[in-house]
Order: sequence, then structure tokens, then C-alpha cells
Amino acid sequence: MRYESPATTKEAVALLSKEKGPAFVIAGGTDLLVRMKSGLVEPALLVDVKRIPAMTTIKVMQTGFRVGAAVSGAELGAHKALGKAWPGVVEATNLIGSDQIQGRCTMVGNLCNASPAADSVPALIAAGAKAAIVGKQGRRTAAVEKIITGPGSTSLAKGEVIEALTLPKSSRRTGDAYLRFTPRTEMDIAVVGVGISMTLERGIIKKARVCLGAVAPTPILVPAAADTIIGTKLDDAALAALAAACSDACDPIDDKRGTAAYRIRVAGVLARRVATIAFQRAGGAA
Amino acid sequence: MNEAMDLKYVGTRPVRPDGTEKVTGKADYGADISRPGMVHGVVLRSPHAHAQINGIDASEALALEGVYAVVTVDDFPQRDTISINRRRYFEQIIAGGKVLYHGHPVAAVAAKSADLAQRAAALIRVDYTVLPAVLDVQAAMADDAPILHDDLYTDGVNPPPKGPSNISQVTRISKGDVQAGFSEADIVVERRFVTPMVHQGYIEPHACMADAHADGRVSLWCSSQGHFGIRDMAALVLGMDTGDIRVVPQEIGGGFGGKTIVYLEPLAIRLSQKAGRPVKMVMTREEVFRATGPASGTINTVKIGAKDDGTLTALHADLVYEAGAFPGSSPLGAGAMCIFAPYDVANVRVDGREVVANKPRVAAYRAPGAPQAAFAGESVLDELAQQLDMDPMDLRLKNAAKKGTEAAYGPRFKDIGFVECLEAAKSHPHYQQALKENQGRGVAAGFWFNGGNNSSAEVHVAESGMIQVVEGNPDIGGSRASMALMAAETLQVPYERIRVRVGDTDSTGFCNTTGGSRTTFATGMAVITACEDVVAQLKQRAALTWGIDADQVDWIDGEARPMPGVNADLEPIPLAKLARKFPQTGGPISARASLNAQGPGPSFAVNLCDVEVDPETGATTVLRFTAIQDAGRAVHPDYVEGQMQGGAVQGIGWALNEEYIFDDNGVMENAGFLDYRIPVASDLPMIDTQIIEVHNDTHPYGVRGVGEAPIVPPLAAVGNAVSRAVGKRIDELPLSPPRVLALIDSAE
Ligand SMILES: Cc1cc2nc3c(=O)[nH]c(=O)nc-3n(C[C@H](O)[C@H](O)[C@H](O)COP(=O)(O)OP(=O)(O)OC[C@H]3O[C@@H](n4cnc5c(N)ncnc54)[C@H](O)[C@@H]3O)c2cc1C
Repeated sequence: MRYESPATTKEAVALLSKEKGPAFVIAGGTDLLVRMKSGLVEPALLVDVKRIPAMTTIKVMQTGFRVGAAVSGAELGAHKALGKAWPGVVEATNLIGSDQIQGRCTMVGNLCNASPAADSVPALIAAGAKAAIVGKQGRRTAAVEKIITGPGSTSLAKGEVIEALTLPKSSRRTGDAYLRFTPRTEMDIAVVGVGISMTLERGIIKKARVCLGAVAPTPILVPAAADTIIGTKLDDAALAALAAACSDACDPIDDKRGTAAYRIRVAGVLARRVATIAFQRAGGAA
Repeated sequence: MNEAMDLKYVGTRPVRPDGTEKVTGKADYGADISRPGMVHGVVLRSPHAHAQINGIDASEALALEGVYAVVTVDDFPQRDTISINRRRYFEQIIAGGKVLYHGHPVAAVAAKSADLAQRAAALIRVDYTVLPAVLDVQAAMADDAPILHDDLYTDGVNPPPKGPSNISQVTRISKGDVQAGFSEADIVVERRFVTPMVHQGYIEPHACMADAHADGRVSLWCSSQGHFGIRDMAALVLGMDTGDIRVVPQEIGGGFGGKTIVYLEPLAIRLSQKAGRPVKMVMTREEVFRATGPASGTINTVKIGAKDDGTLTALHADLVYEAGAFPGSSPLGAGAMCIFAPYDVANVRVDGREVVANKPRVAAYRAPGAPQAAFAGESVLDELAQQLDMDPMDLRLKNAAKKGTEAAYGPRFKDIGFVECLEAAKSHPHYQQALKENQGRGVAAGFWFNGGNNSSAEVHVAESGMIQVVEGNPDIGGSRASMALMAAETLQVPYERIRVRVGDTDSTGFCNTTGGSRTTFATGMAVITACEDVVAQLKQRAALTWGIDADQVDWIDGEARPMPGVNADLEPIPLAKLARKFPQTGGPISARASLNAQGPGPSFAVNLCDVEVDPETGATTVLRFTAIQDAGRAVHPDYVEGQMQGGAVQGIGWALNEEYIFDDNGVMENAGFLDYRIPVASDLPMIDTQIIEVHNDTHPYGVRGVGEAPIVPPLAAVGNAVSRAVGKRIDELPLSPPRVLALIDSAE
């Protein structure tokens, strides 16, 4: 197995494109190393992206934020402006693992590992985040919801890497939140995760995005659920309709982590709680 | 015991002697030992839960460069000469004709690296005929169930059975007349409870290194709860003389009963003998889950009759304990004896059955058998208290066992502290706290016998006056600190001047395993006895120095003093001086004691638990937890509290989230700490503790064992709290959120 740590994204792409055997980007390694240890993957090449300046910084721009792909959960959590603009995204990422894991894990690693239960992904999708992708053919941009195509698989082509995630500018009238349900308080995998962002106008929800995790083969953006609260002041009827729409959208499995029926039910419960937090964050009156 | 006995060291809280090495990462655990020329061993395990082995071909594996040895059951000819019960134990180490659970060892390989050994193991061809597996206890008891052992006939039934069965054992404990007791009752409550298989969850996986010497002797390094026991079991499996195996104890990273038996050790020794090199074997976490001892899953039914005033008239329990693949391994007997031990009731009966199934062989887990039984018994008592509209503490106080009570399993209690524990619980501030909506408070009690048994200790006085204590019990809960405190007390020497060492099997006298909460009690008695001998010798030597009789000498504050009277003007001689002058007074000063300690006082524990249940998700949060226990005398109160907290945490995990999940083929689906959910720190409140001290007269300082009673009440304490929070009775563990939500939704 070869290990490389290039200084530019371009070099990383070149290394990955040339390698004939299994080649992987390694960011925090908190998924990849576990998979290697348990014998699930045997890479011929590891390309460490933690030495690439474009990937290790958070930039505040006119249009919003650009978070490098190798930025750790702990660094993200310490970024005041980002935490203020997108608290849901930051909180979701900070739920990953423990203090030790936070020092290593990245949002992009969480995304590219493509688990249906990835914690940061529903929050990113709800926030309207986009991925800046670099490949042999050049650069492209894709909405985060277009990256995961199934458990463990992504739409990235051979040699393509995500250099950064961008989050739109957020106004005082925008709020987002993410909650997950796990039997334990930490070191656990979401049985259900819900991310919601919304923007208010005169106290009424004008725009909303609702994304569910761990209830289908991929995190799912549910416009029908968003529609139940758009145009409302998030009254009880709207919350009930939201819960029903979220439960309806679920297509979960029964497994050791929870039954399908339980996941469907709790998706609705969490959606109500998440929407309530996001609404308050957007300045909505209870 | 004299309550006013003034103790200077016992009861204080000094830093433990092994602390620095552990927190700096220097301590040597099972896997930390290496030798020149060492190679690595791995185990090939069964991919089936139940199958016939038709043949094993290891030729391809042995042909690999760097592979030194392969062993199978054929390398253990001893198998054919031992008794059937011993053979069953043996076959847990390495499968004979059949594999009986997924993960059952079939062969072991030694190679240059662990990686290579893994690859070689994958090349061993095992020809299996897969047999139908029995995974469910209920199904295992059915008449047409596939039989695990053709030669297993139910023990304890009359007339003896005609055919083999998966029910390995039937037992009964009886006192008075339960039928009469139930007819006297104004109210009878009965319920059936189910608990899953759970693991002890020790952090350190099993590990050892064996070195077979050219003269036929063997050295073995391993972490265990008792290296003398490991030596004896390894010798049995290998057909060796126990004297030819030297076992060196490593530091141990948790055992809780699970490290009282051998798994890897005999395989490592045989591999080392064949390879002619030291062989190290270390289990993965997955192997620990799949193939080391869980606690029995159980199905227990309890029926209790009472008068309207709360007087219990009859107690009946029907217990079914899973043994896993091998009979005789479950703690059914202990469960049967413990379940009603806290109560003074005239009519008691406990019926028990042990059942085998195609799952890993059950092993001891902290107060083996008692938590599952107490969960059933204490839950029914709680339901009874609700139906009588009686305070659950008052119900227990009204029926509590006291000095003189005859326990249903036989003995008459001497001084015990159950009433004191209940009274402390009742007046504890926790018990007075108001509860809010969706919250509930659970109360439960528990009993554990505690053990005595064989122990040895030596005490040497070094030239500098430093005291060296050598004993043979691996320290799993701070026992070196406790030994040092008891030695300090007896010798009247500061704690810091005492060094305690756990000696290997060739260097110290026999000690039974660290288990049954026996060590501080029994090995402590050996240490105290040896120290008393040292004090006598020191007085003798001072007398010699002074030219007076030894009975004219006092030993006070670590120095010899003449008794008040004619010699009162003699200068006291401190220990250091006597130690330095040893050549002039008769040679080195040392003493040893070996004894079979009798009269371990039983321990009682009472728990208070407050929970809040989220009515929309079924998630339970433990808000407050208080553990109260009679320790006899807390030699080192920190470590007594540590035992109480640790037991509470393990019990909370058992109650809320822990369980073995098997698929239809008997493959454990959650063989790792991600999905086998022991509690993490953030899941728990601070576990509050209160030590009660009702001294145990048979120990010089009044000690009772404390390590196991703490895990007996928590399952029921949590269950009772959840039941009261949701207003419905739970009857199955774990109380995972989906199960609790289903209960909330149920019609009951
Ligand atoms: C103890 C523990 C607890 C955990 N708890 C949680 C949890 O609570 N919630 C949760 O969601 N996850 C959890 N995880 C999983 C993991 O920590 C997260 O998914 C984490 O975000 C992965 O990030 P990473 O940087 O470590 O990824 P890596 O392991 O470095 O990479 C993961 C995958 O993404 C690919 N990749 C990484 N960066 C790029 C890139 N720039 N371009 C293209 N592909 C890339 C890698 O090739 C690999 O396939 C836990 C893991 C552990 C070990």
C-alpha cells in the first residue's frame, strides 16, 4: 500500500486517477481506517488531503461559506461566524463520535462514506450546501443531495475529489437545526436523523427544506414535508402535518438498530422538534 | 467486632499503588508481553452454530512459509481420558466431533505474524455437515428440538429420563409450604420476565503468551482473575502436571467473572510446544463477543402472596437459565438461592431449569445468576407494593431478613445489614425528591453470599524497614491497596512503607481465584495473620535486645515499647532499627500464612433510581441513582464506592440497552461496542453511594465482600422506575426505546 500526501488538489486528482488498484482519499480516516482494519477494503493507494491548503481552511465570502474538505469537526465547531449562520450544520457535525473523533472527522468524509445514517448530511442538505468537485476533466459543482447514490456509493467519478463544501449566506430570518435519535447519548449511530432549515418573512415560513437520515438507503430531501409548513407560523396543525409527511416519506429497514415501524414514527416526532428549534432560530414567535 | 475499635489506616483513602503505572500507560496487561523469537497464534472458529466436523485438512496452511504449527483436537489426546463433565469443559476450548456455536474454536495456527496466521487459518479446510441450530430457550425445551449433546440426560429428575434432552438440570429449593402460603394470602401477584444474554464488557480482550521450555516445563503470561486457576485448567486440558506450568499474572483490564476460565491459554501452550517458540495470542473484540462467556439469558416467573398489611405469606419462582452450548455452566443454583434471600418468609419455593442452546458457553458475570433472578423477584414486589398502595421500602422493611432469619437455601444469618440499608435508603435525601411528569422512582434490593476459600500471603521485612507483602490474587478492584491498608493497620506501619505484589504460581502460595468477592476478606485474613506473626517476631527481637521476656513488650505505632512497669525506662525500638539489626537477632524477618477462610458475611444492597421516559420516543434517561450497601467495614472506602458505582453502571446497561442479537443462523449481529451498547459516561448521572458498616465478626477488621452485591438490584431498580414512569409493568429487558414505546402504546 502506498501513502501520498500531495500539496494541491490537482496532484491528488492525478495520483488517484493514475492508480489502477483501489485508491482512496483519506481525510480524518475515522471511517476508512475502521474499514481497513476490519478487512472491508484493502487500498493500494491512500491520498492524504490534510496537507492541501485549499482543503484545510474555512473561508467567509460574499456569497456564504467555503469549508475545506479536510476541516475537522472540532475546527468547524470553533468557527464563530459559521456557528452563528448555520448552527444546525455545525451541531450535526459535532455530534459525530466523541472528542477524539471530532479532532479528525470531516463533513466530506461523512458525506463520501455514504452511510444512510451520516449525521452531518441531512443538515447540509437542508441548508442547501453544495460540493466543489475537482476531477481530471476540471471542476464542477453539485448539490450535496446529488452525491450519495446508495449505501456506500457516491456519484463521484474515478479520480474525483471534493475540495470543499459551500454553504449559502444566511440571513437573520433563516434558522436551521438537526436532531438525531440514538439509544445512547454518544458513540452511537442515528436510528433517525432530521435536518430542517427555513426562512421567515413577517413571522411566516417562506422557504423550507426538510431532510431525513437513516430512514431510507440515502438521506432524503422531502419537499412534500417542507410544503406542509411553508406559509404557516408553525402552529400545531402545521407540525402535525409535517410529522405525518415525514413519516410518509420514510422507507426504512428493520435491523438491529431499530424496527422500520419505530423509525417511521420517530421521524415524525423528531421533525416536529427540529422544526420548532429552527423556527425559533429564524426569529419565529412560538 | 468492637464498634469503637480505633483504626488508623483501615478506612482511609490513600492513592492505589498500581495507579501511576496505569495512568501513564506503563502497566503490562495481557497483550503487552513479548519474548525473543515469539510468533503469533490465531484461532480458526466455526462459521456455523451447529455442525458435525467430518474432517480437518491443514496441509495448505502448513505449507505456507512462516507458518510454524497448527493444532486441532487431535493434539489434545487428554480428551479421551477425562470425565464427561470435564470433557464438556474441554470441548469449549477446542471442538471435538461437533461445533456447538458460531465462533467455537476448531483449530489454532502459529505463524510469524498475526496477519500470516490469519491467512493460514483461512486455508484450513474443515468439512462440516451443518445441523439445525437451536437458538431459543423455549424452542430448545420442545420435545422435537434438535439435540445438542446425545449424551446429555436431564440431571435432578426422578425417575431418570429415558432419552437425551437440552434441559440439562432441574433444581428445587423449598422451605415451608407454598400452597398453604398462597391460600393464606389476601393478594397474589404473578408475572413472567425475560432477560437477554449479556456480556461482562471488560475492556481488555483475552490475551496470553506461552513459552514451552526444552525441559518440558511451560511459562505462561496472561491476564486473568486467578492464575492458579488458569494453571490448573490448562494442566487439565493439556494432560500436564500443574507443577510444570508457571503462570505469571499480568495486570488485568476487567474481568467481572469472565476471566476465571481458560480460552486461549491451552491452545497457546500446545502451539508453543509444537512450534518450539513462544506464542502470543490476543483476541479481537469480535472474538470476545462471539466466543467468551456471556451471562445467561433467562425466563423467570415469580409469584408472591401477601396479607393486606404487606406481610408476605408465600414466594414462588420458576427460573429458566440458558447455559449456552455446554451444560453446567449457568449460575442457576446461585440465582435460585439469591432471589428471595433478603426476605424472612415462611413459605418459599424456587424451581429451576438449565437449558443448552447453540450459543457461546455462559460464564460467570458478577454475582452470577443473581441479577436476573432479582429482576423478577423485586419487580413483582414492586407491583405488589403498588397494588397494596404501600411504600415499597416499607413493604421490604416489614419482611426483611435479620440476624437469626433462616434463609430458604439453608443458613441462618448472623449479623447482617439489610434493615440498616433499607432504613438508610428510606431516609436518604434522594428518596424525598419530588418527581415530575413522565418520571418514575424505582426501588430494589439484592443479596450476595460472598466467598471465603483458600488464600496465602507472605510478609517480609526488608532491611530498610520497608514491608513486602506477596500474595496470589490478581488485583481487579484495588485489592493491593486494601492489602496494604490491612498490613499497615496490623503492623502499625504507614501505608507508604508497604509494597504489595501479586506473585506468580511458582513464587507464592496457592490462592483461589479473585472472584466471589472473596479477596479482601480471605486473602486479607492471610495478610493480617502473617502480619500478626511478624509483630510477634518483632517483639521477640526487641525482647532479645533488651534482655527481657517477649510478653513484656508492646508493639505500638510501629515500634517496640516496654510494657508499663519495671522496664518502663527502656528506649522504644522502631521498626527500622529492628529491621537493620536482623542478622544479630536471628536472621531475616518474615512470616507467611495459608488458610481456608470461613464465614464471609453476606452483603445486601438497596438501590434508588429515578428515570424520565420520553413518551414520544420511549427513550429512558436515568436522572438519579443511589446505591446503598453493607460493606461490613470499608477498608478503602474509595474502592468500595467504586465497586458500588461500577455495579450500578453495569446493571443500568443491562437494564436499558445491552443484549446479544442473533440472526436466524445463530450469528451474533452486534459483536462490537458500537451496537452492543454498554452505557457511556454521558448516559449516566453521578452514581451516589452510601456505605453501611455492620461488621462481619469473622474478619479481624469486620470486612464483607463488596464486589458483587452492587449489580444485583439495578436491573429491577431501573425496571421499577420505568414501570412507574409509564404506568405500566415492564417484563422484558433491555428497555430499549422501541420496546418501551410499544409498552406505552399497549393496552395493558
Ligand atoms: C468511534 C466512532 C464514532 C463515530 N460516530 C459517528 C456519528 O456519531 N455519526 C456519524 O455520522 N458518523 C460517525 N462515525 C463515522 C465517521 O467518523 C464519520 O463518517 C466522519 O465524518 C468521517 O470523516 P473522515 O474525515 O474521518 O473520513 P475518512 O475516513 O477519511 O473518509 C471516509 C470516506 O470518504 C472518502 N473521502 C474523504 N474525503 C474525501 C474527499 N475530499 N473527496 C472524496 N472522497 C473523500 C474517503 O475516501 C472514504 O471513503 C464514527 C466513527 C467512529 C470511529
